[in-house]
Amino acid sequence: MTFTRALSQVISVVTPLALAPLLLGWVNQVRAWLSNRRGPGILQPYRMLHKLFNKDSVMADSASSLFRFAPYAIFGCMLLANAIIPTLSTDLPLASAADAIALVGLLALARVFISLAAMDIGTAFGTLGARREMLVGFLAEPALLTVLFSASLNGKSTALATIVEAVVHRDFAIYPSLVFAGMAFTLVYLAENSRVPVDNPSTHLELTMIHEAMILEYSGRHLALMEWAAALKLFAYSTLGIALFLPWGIGQRATPSSLLFSLPSLALKLVVIGAVLALVETFSAKLRIFRVPEFLATAFLLGVIGMLTHILLGA
Amino acid sequence: MLNMMAIDWVLWIIGAWIALGLLGIIALHKFALVARVFFPLGAVGGLILAYAAAQALVSGRVESKQLALGLPSLPFHLRLDALSAFFLVIIGLASFGISLFAAGYFRNGEGTAPGLLCLEFHFFLASMALVLLADDAYAFMVAWESMALTSYFLVTANHRLPKIRAAGFLYLLIAHIGAIAILLCFGVLQANTGDYTFANMRAQNLSTFWASAAFLLAIFGFGAKAGILPLHIWLPEAHPAAPSPVSALMSGVMLKMAIYGLLRVCFDLLHLHIWWWGVLMLALGLITAIFGVVFAAVQVEMKRLLAYSSIENIGLLFAAMGLGLLFRSYGMNALAALALTACLYHVAGHAFFKSLLFLTTGSVLHATGERNLGRLGGLIRFMPWVAWLALIGVLASSGLPPFSGFVSEWLLLQSFLFTPGLPQPFLNMLIPIATASIALTAALAGYAMVKFFGVIFLGQPREEKLSQAHDAGKFEKIGMGWLAILSIGLGVAPNWVLHLIDPVTKGLVGEGIARNASANGWWLVTPTSIARASYGPLYFLFGVMAACAVAFVLVRLFYHARLRRSAPWGGGHSWRNSRMQDTAEGYGQPIRQIFEPFFHLERHLPKPEDTEPEYSVAVSDKFWEGIYMPIARATEYVSVKVGRLQQGRISIYLLYSFITLLVILLLVPTARR
Repeated sequence: MTFTRALSQVISVVTPLALAPLLLGWVNQVRAWLSNRRGPGILQPYRMLHKLFNKDSVMADSASSLFRFAPYAIFGCMLLANAIIPTLSTDLPLASAADAIALVGLLALARVFISLAAMDIGTAFGTLGARREMLVGFLAEPALLTVLFSASLNGKSTALATIVEAVVHRDFAIYPSLVFAGMAFTLVYLAENSRVPVDNPSTHLELTMIHEAMILEYSGRHLALMEWAAALKLFAYSTLGIALFLPWGIGQRATPSSLLFSLPSLALKLVVIGAVLALVETFSAKLRIFRVPEFLATAFLLGVIGMLTHILLGA
Repeated sequence: MLNMMAIDWVLWIIGAWIALGLLGIIALHKFALVARVFFPLGAVGGLILAYAAAQALVSGRVESKQLALGLPSLPFHLRLDALSAFFLVIIGLASFGISLFAAGYFRNGEGTAPGLLCLEFHFFLASMALVLLADDAYAFMVAWESMALTSYFLVTANHRLPKIRAAGFLYLLIAHIGAIAILLCFGVLQANTGDYTFANMRAQNLSTFWASAAFLLAIFGFGAKAGILPLHIWLPEAHPAAPSPVSALMSGVMLKMAIYGLLRVCFDLLHLHIWWWGVLMLALGLITAIFGVVFAAVQVEMKRLLAYSSIENIGLLFAAMGLGLLFRSYGMNALAALALTACLYHVAGHAFFKSLLFLTTGSVLHATGERNLGRLGGLIRFMPWVAWLALIGVLASSGLPPFSGFVSEWLLLQSFLFTPGLPQPFLNMLIPIATASIALTAALAGYAMVKFFGVIFLGQPREEKLSQAHDAGKFEKIGMGWLAILSIGLGVAPNWVLHLIDPVTKGLVGEGIARNASANGWWLVTPTSIARASYGPLYFLFGVMAACAVAFVLVRLFYHARLRRSAPWGGGHSWRNSRMQDTAEGYGQPIRQIFEPFFHLERHLPKPEDTEPEYSVAVSDKFWEGIYMPIARATEYVSVKVGRLQQGRISIYLLYSFITLLVILLLVPTARR
């Protein structure tokens, strides 16, 4: 591994780490604008993280070692997930370490850890959140897999880099299987990032919350890691969507300069995605928890239909 | 002595296990001797067995032998080829951990005498090894039946409880129905030659009809042992009844003997492969997998939960085998090898993580006396060793990277994604549905396993006495630790395992994937080419660990690390108790609601006027009502009718004999003509 390759790998890890809170701040800011508020500014998540890191961590007296270990593990999983997704370039040293299926496995690992940590204290909120998270997860995970399978049938590979290159190098056309997969992915994207129709990131009402219920017992630096991991997750899903459906502009060489060139197109796409996400959240109402399985089953079925269309039509 | 052939080593170990068992009879009530000396000796035997079999596997020799046992002129034909060697390695490695655990687990004065347990346990191990060596139907059936019998006695170790006797009987019944089918299958395979050696069966060319008959009999017979739908009902009864090391051995190792038998019959003894065999097996496997995992998610008893999870894993193995068969029937041997590799990888992975999980339930049971999830909780504080080891088993079982379950799941999904090459369009259409069901099964397995671990080990203790729970003993820790190391090792070093699987698939379908898989370095698995798919578990392990470490160090460096302890937030209320946590039933409730048609539910809802309202819900298997109870009722009905013949008077019986004689005499002239 040459120095430039290593450097570009480091850049592609540090970029999500630095930009993830910004994306979250942007989404929140647009949400505020859409509801006629001024909003805290897009840098608010950074201030939040800085504040939380400086605070003492208050931990429940019944917390076990798993509870303290979990934030680091979840943060690590999310960071690695970002390193695997071809965000800026398709030719990176770590790209071969994991393909699409392994990426889903990694996200599932983080989910299992966050659910277990939520169950550790043994309060009603934590266990409730953990149960709901696993409920969302067990339907969203296969749905995401079917989306990735449609894409890998198209690219004849499960390696994300190859999928991206296959889409970039083909004639620009609307592929029916990718349309279905894109619809399924949008639903999974909302559900997995605790966004409005499924969960609400800005509520602490016990009847509705999922993600917030799980991290209720965290504070100080542990909470900061959890929040940062959540931002990284949103960033990872966004860049995954870009890689699968809008990959034009992603560099194909592993040099720092080519990475810098692909940064503006990434930023542009993320700005649009963030704005659309805020729009969707503003215009939709939260589902009852028992409508959520139907929502995700729709995503799952759309994913399966995507695979079937590919096999039927060959596109 | 050291340059003996591998098959001799295996036979010596089998002999040693039998000898240890017989010594157990002599030391019937000497608990310390049996537990602390005999069981560890048996464990060492397992390790030697694994080593010898691995040598045979790597060298690629096929060794055979005849033992003049049994009836005159009907010797035991024995043969050690790659397939049996691979399964012997699994028996050896898994039994090392389980036997060590058993050395610390069995207590004096519980049910069967310790010496007798030692006899049954080691005979069980020996008969499983002999099943793998058998090269004729006669030796196979003898070993198969002694495996069933010894495990029956082990299941009923605590035979004073009527419930356990009933569970044992159910197990024995289904095992024997299966054995009859296997016997008939061998009968078909020898094609009227009267020669029951496997060598002869391999030489026969059966017609499509008879080959299909043999295949269906094999599916039924071995499926009964493996627990395929609808013959699975004995698993959730027998596993909770058996002592934990025995459940571990049965679920982790014995179920795999059925997989071995199917592989032997379908890929070695039968030469004909018809596409619908593969489809049938695939469909059976997928239905079993989804059914098993949905039921696992709603169980409230920890060993039942694991038993249903075993059903799920057997389903996945069947699906992988079915896919292999499908590819094989179209002559796509390289892809068949990939599917079979996924199957064999999962055989090994499941053997270790499921044994580990059953052993942890044993430790929990001993420490608390409770097997109901609703009365456990918070045990990570009192038994950290067991909890962290169980976590490894749970992560492996949920198919998460970088543990063993993920590698096999990954290989299986890869082989599914290669299918669009199949020549029949409608088969290609089935594949996305099959792939989606595998993905759903894997995700649900995570749900069930989080429930298992979270409810037992996390949260508040749900009973007062749980705070008295003690961690596992020395032997138990070593046994579980060994299986945990194997689960991690299988997850992070897949290429070494693939090299062991390679000779097996080469023997079965003539191809192997190991050379391709390690073409880009030993740390990276690439089943076909690096552009197509790759997975490097070590990157995963080190990536996550490095990120954890960097985050940890940076937080320490730039900020402080002060920590305060206080009571958890109780929503503004000052009182809080362990009853406010989610229960096992509550955790399964979403699954019960979503998959309601799967279950037979019995709800008891309180009425408004009840002074002491009670709520209960019981989930049971629809197959009992749907299939087994009608059969049982029909049997009873017929036997009542037949019972009328038995009047208990000599004169009536003489009349029967007379009528029989008359009928026979009438038939004789017809037969002569």
